[in-house]
Amino acid sequence: MSAVATVFRKDVLENIRDHRVILSAFFFGVLLAPIIFALTANITSKRVAQTQEEPLEISVSGADRAPNLLAFFEENGAIAKRVELSADEAMRAVRSGAEELVLIVPEDYPSRLRAGEPAPIELVVDTANTHTSGNAERARRLLEGYSRQLAALRLLVRGIDPDVIRPIAVQTLDVATPAGRAALFLGMLTYFCFMSMLVGGFYLAIDTTAGERERGSLEPLLSLPVSRASLIVGKMLATSSFMAVSLLLTLVTFGIVLRFIPLERFGMSANFGWEVVAGIFAVMVAFVPLGAALMTVVASFTRSNREAQSWLSVVLFVPLAPILYAQLSGTKASAALMFVPSLSQHLLGTNLLRGDSIPPLHFVISAGTTLALGVLLALLAVRLYEREAILG
Amino acid sequence: MIVVENVSRSFGPVRAVDDISFVANDGRITGLLGHNGAGKSTTLRILSTVLRADSGRALVDGHDCARDSLAVRRSLGVLPHASGLYATLTGRENIRYYGRLHGMRGAPLESAIEELVERLGLGAVVDRRAKGYSQGERLKVALARALIHRPRTVILDEPTNGLDVNAVRMLRELLRELRASGRCILFSSHVMQEVAALCDHIVIISGGRVVVSGTPGEILEHTGATDLEEAFVRAADAERAE
Repeated sequence: MSAVATVFRKDVLENIRDHRVILSAFFFGVLLAPIIFALTANITSKRVAQTQEEPLEISVSGADRAPNLLAFFEENGAIAKRVELSADEAMRAVRSGAEELVLIVPEDYPSRLRAGEPAPIELVVDTANTHTSGNAERARRLLEGYSRQLAALRLLVRGIDPDVIRPIAVQTLDVATPAGRAALFLGMLTYFCFMSMLVGGFYLAIDTTAGERERGSLEPLLSLPVSRASLIVGKMLATSSFMAVSLLLTLVTFGIVLRFIPLERFGMSANFGWEVVAGIFAVMVAFVPLGAALMTVVASFTRSNREAQSWLSVVLFVPLAPILYAQLSGTKASAALMFVPSLSQHLLGTNLLRGDSIPPLHFVISAGTTLALGVLLALLAVRLYEREAILG
Repeated sequence: MIVVENVSRSFGPVRAVDDISFVANDGRITGLLGHNGAGKSTTLRILSTVLRADSGRALVDGHDCARDSLAVRRSLGVLPHASGLYATLTGRENIRYYGRLHGMRGAPLESAIEELVERLGLGAVVDRRAKGYSQGERLKVALARALIHRPRTVILDEPTNGLDVNAVRMLRELLRELRASGRCILFSSHVMQEVAALCDHIVIISGGRVVVSGTPGEILEHTGATDLEEAFVRAADAERAE
């Protein structure tokens, strides 16, 4: 046991002194992830704020032919910009981005309107442009509103209650809590947590086998009166501690950074107090032994540092696969899914972010199976370390 | 004391060590001499229990290398081919790490380190990180690390490779001192002069087999050569020709 502690202490000390290791281990989690996150959040929130708060601006060609429509726009806070464009010119302008939206009032609009026939009006939009699609939707809604108003007036003139053309009154009740909507966005956070955890232990896992071998320190180490099991266990513990610290630093940085992101501006409230940070850490940290053992096992098959690095880069994405699947398919937490490592941590973490409590049974299954799998993989790592081939 | 009896070891189709037997006694410096690839390193690795023999028996201070490897490693000090120091640790931390893994602690460990630092003249560099060490300084720290637990038997794998004259002289002097204190020393080399200058007993191996062994005088007599260099070349080539 004391040999395990000795190996652990030495490996931690050795790697703390290696600037390269510290930089790559903690740079991603502590700086890069929150910065990427903050930037994405800021851009998204700006766009949402812009489309909701700024007045809608529509370029109208042939505005003189529809004075009432323009008046309706102005009543509803939209700004009509008068332009003179042919249909072709308008399409080119929208496609190139010179104009966001162009409304074309054709020459026969006034006459057909007067005749009570459907009066044509053309709205030129680019639905591929995500930046303007919100505004296009707002313009369409405005036009529909104007259309309904005209219809109601016509019915009134004929002595009919306008409600006859409104057989259904749809009212949408959005049950998504603000925090729930933000969770979709914050789901990215668990992804970053896994990444920073694995990157945090990356170099230590390589160091245990490929690194020691390449520096020529493995053979004398194996000639010491210490079982190989204690050596590898001490090394895996050192890797685990780096991973846990990296995870903690990432969560704390997120806790600080999220305070400065105006998540409320787009109708979301981030539920990220210190108790949530602690909760997510408790849920996620169960993955640490599994990650450490997995990386150590993979590294033990490689012949050199360089080879270990390229293989481990692939391993970094293994735990992320179930998370990506869950994000895309919108999977909800269930007891059965708690048996899947990384996915269970992701689901529980997202639950905490959403402000929901997690069933104790879910937590127990998740932590239990993940830790058990971690121990199994660690035993495999011990077995591999006991082979002669470990010397390369 | 080291006893090797009919030890063989193959790697796939290659017989790296083929029925080797020899004895290295206490209070003596034994040289394992052979060309590169003759089987020296494999033999030493079997003795340090890093590798297992396919057949035969190897004993260190009476402990069987295969069955009682922990006891073997306890009584053995190993200086490997590469120094294998941890670059970001200081020399003292490197030595202390090995001492701890040998189960030493506290004051006895620190005084053992201090004793070796003094003996090897490491005072000026031992608290600097190993990254900036010269060849000679690396060797001295690696030696201190191998000797920290006062092993009765010391194995050195090509220790003089790439060393300057001063470092080689320091090493020879230290090995003679260890011999005087009754230790068993086994070291491998492919340089005849090296072995001739130091060894009481020489084992020449070629192609995984012992070609000839004995004191320098016995070897000269056996091969009919006038000097050891000649004897080495003759013995090794005779084996190759077979």
